[in-house]
Amino acid sequence: MLEWLQMKHWSPYAVGIAIGILSWLTFLFSNQAVSCSTGITQTSGMIEKIFRGKRVAQKAYYQKFPPVADWKWTFLLGVLIGAFLSALLSGSFDFKWVPQLWEQAFGAAVLPRLITAFVGGVFMGFASRWANGCTSGHGISGTLQLAVSSWISVIFFFIGGIACALLIYRVIG
Amino acid sequence: MFTKIHSKKGLQLVLGLLAGIVFGFLLQKGGVTQYDVILGQLLLIDFTMVKIMLSAIVVGMIGVYFFKGLGLVKLQPKAGSTGMNVFGGLFFGISFALLGYCPGTAVGAIGSGYMDALLGGVIGMLVGAGLFAAVYPRFSTLVLQEGYFGDITFPELFKVNPWILVAIFSGIIVLILYLLESLGL
Repeated sequence: MLEWLQMKHWSPYAVGIAIGILSWLTFLFSNQAVSCSTGITQTSGMIEKIFRGKRVAQKAYYQKFPPVADWKWTFLLGVLIGAFLSALLSGSFDFKWVPQLWEQAFGAAVLPRLITAFVGGVFMGFASRWANGCTSGHGISGTLQLAVSSWISVIFFFIGGIACALLIYRVIG
Repeated sequence: MFTKIHSKKGLQLVLGLLAGIVFGFLLQKGGVTQYDVILGQLLLIDFTMVKIMLSAIVVGMIGVYFFKGLGLVKLQPKAGSTGMNVFGGLFFGISFALLGYCPGTAVGAIGSGYMDALLGGVIGMLVGAGLFAAVYPRFSTLVLQEGYFGDITFPELFKVNPWILVAIFSGIIVLILYLLESLGL
């Protein structure tokens, strides 16, 4: 058992099947679908509340997604803990600033990567709410329910993603 | 049957945390908390991410529709529109390639020590989500409502027994996975 938990990588099929089974359990016992970007919105609202007070919660968007710690928020906190445990057990936890693929194309300087990641992050924070879900909420949970909105979303996630990645690495890089 | 459990707030917070820990653990073991694996997928040279997603969809779909048939599970499909899913989806894709993580994998990447996911990714996402909340009322009428079609599922759209579509989707997904493996991808 421990040896298995210490492995650096599991087969993508084993991981996928386990995520599928996890989604049965979240539907059964919590009436919830696996999703991540709602937790980001809630955290953003909680931080804004610290600076601007309770009136933040009155914004129309936070009426829809109250910035409080509920199932979706503790779920996202769990993702952080779970990934850390996995990295720790397999001995792969290590502070890294520039991913390998990026370094090969654009060099080892930290700042260009951080700026790109920040711009991508701001876009992603906005886009995941614009699309009403992310790779988890649409890409896994919505598609497995055969939701029309989710299949359209995930197809356009990949169209946009593939086009932009090819532009970054095959045209610019 | 489990509706009593659903309304226990404290218990649900713990269950959410536990489910998140399992999900984060799986994402890290699957390798998708790495920028290189995500960009490898978008550059169509590493199909790890698609393999994880498709096998999760098949297994999840069969189970969730099975439990729904028993009356144990309520579906919760998201409402959609051209404005949200097509335009928002394309913008999501661009963000995905720039950042190299999606919201869940970015948080998981922090747990594995990727500082670009923390200082760039998650801090940026918090700013972006805050901006969205600020413009939401106007953005909703201008963009999100465009081509609204609601929270329908394919079985409702085609008015067929869900199991027919579960079988078709499963068949296609298994075929895609088989092709990926036989191409050595």
